[in-house]
Amino acid sequence: MTAVSTYLLTGMALFLVGLHGLLTLQSMLRRIIAVNLMGSGVFLVLTALAARVPDADPVLHALVVTGLVVSISATALALRLHGAIQRHREDDDS
Amino acid sequence: MAIAEIILDATLIGLLLVMGLGTLHTRRTGASIALFAGFGMILALVWARLGAPDLALAEAAIGAGLTSALLLRAASITEEEEISIPARRQWLSWLFVAVVFVWLALHVIRLSTPVDSPSLPNLVAGHLADSGVDHPVTAVLLNFRAWDTLLELLVLLLALLGFRQVARRNQHPYDADSHPAPWPLLKAWSRSLAPLLVVTGMYLLWRGSESAGGAFQAGAVLAAAFVLLRLSGQLPVVHWSRWTVRLAALVGPALFLTVAGASALAGEGWLDYPDGMSTPLILLIEAAATVSIAVTLAFLVSGEEEDIAE
Amino acid sequence: MTLLLEALCIALLMGGLFFFLTGALGLLRFPDTYSRLHAVTKADNVGLGLLSAGLALSAADFQSTGFMALIWLLVMASGATSAQLLARYQREQDQQEPPTDGDR
Repeated sequence: MTAVSTYLLTGMALFLVGLHGLLTLQSMLRRIIAVNLMGSGVFLVLTALAARVPDADPVLHALVVTGLVVSISATALALRLHGAIQRHREDDDS
Repeated sequence: MAIAEIILDATLIGLLLVMGLGTLHTRRTGASIALFAGFGMILALVWARLGAPDLALAEAAIGAGLTSALLLRAASITEEEEISIPARRQWLSWLFVAVVFVWLALHVIRLSTPVDSPSLPNLVAGHLADSGVDHPVTAVLLNFRAWDTLLELLVLLLALLGFRQVARRNQHPYDADSHPAPWPLLKAWSRSLAPLLVVTGMYLLWRGSESAGGAFQAGAVLAAAFVLLRLSGQLPVVHWSRWTVRLAALVGPALFLTVAGASALAGEGWLDYPDGMSTPLILLIEAAATVSIAVTLAFLVSGEEEDIAE
Repeated sequence: MTLLLEALCIALLMGGLFFFLTGALGLLRFPDTYSRLHAVTKADNVGLGLLSAGLALSAADFQSTGFMALIWLLVMASGATSAQLLARYQREQDQQEPPTDGDR
């Protein structure tokens, strides 16, 4: 077991934990967090793969930096949509 | 592996998994978000451990800092429903996850053999001298794979536009009236922290060409400074209708597109910088991108919407 | 001389670790928010201070010592501020509703 393989497996485990949460949790906020965890799992797999190379693979690092920014913008949009949906429901109820 | 490394890895991985599970399955929303912030910090340590300081910086600022602020804000204006899953079904679903994990692990574990002479990183290292910057990650982001970064800035812009489209119209959660006045201590602290954050952001941008750091990290830190000042009521509402704000959000992608178009029409091809112009062009694009990323992230996190017509 | 320095360095690091350990223990075991805050901020201030002092002794140059001192000061200031803010929030909550026994 090398460090790379343990981190690879951890990334996969995080992805699956997130996927499980996305499929089973009822609360919208938790589902959005679950998607974030899935993203972190993917990033961890990518970075672990980058660490196989002697000086760490800059191409994969650049990909993950980009991915981090995309994931926060997607989270912001998802949270805003969640707020809009909830407001819509409240309007219907009243 | 040395014994110290094993202890470090085991601690980091254990914390990562426990906190990840905790964020999803703890009962209270506040605890969940606090655990998410902690999860982000541990992940930043993992990036540092895996030899990725750029990622560690970006994760600490974006993943742990700004995303948690976003989640806290969302949790404060939407009420949460309780989570309840029948225990039997939960047990079954975890069993399913375990089976999938083992099945995937058998395939993925084969990927973990070290690569001695990788083709892509060798290409990057070989052409680093021509790229105009000294840091390989920055070279990839703004020269070799500049396309990705350009499109990514456009994704950020799209997210901002979508965010504006579903803006809140009949609620004002951040009004001065409905929001309690910030405590003096918070005001004083944010007043002394914000300049430090601005200095740090500028430093990250400036260092980006030769070591870890760059436009994304700098933009995120600047956005954090803005959000801090907004939360403590030190800055007035930033109106999206102001042309300066729109210009700031657009300048990064616009400049990048201009360079891309100019290099396609007059030069070798899309984003193929002319000889000797790489360094100034990259620095210019990075500076403009920092401004746009900072403004966009600040808008996304602080959720300015007060200026929208009723 | 170097032996003495090394011993001092290790002693400081051990002291820092001790404060972090007790801080974590206090966070988990103390009964209410105020005493938990006390435990955590103590770990931040004293524990990190001892750690950075120990690391400064073994640091290669003055620049990294300066960085460590800066980090310590920043963490201490932000720890003090956030502890105050959390304690104040807790007090407002307590005033709104009489405190219920047990953990939150």
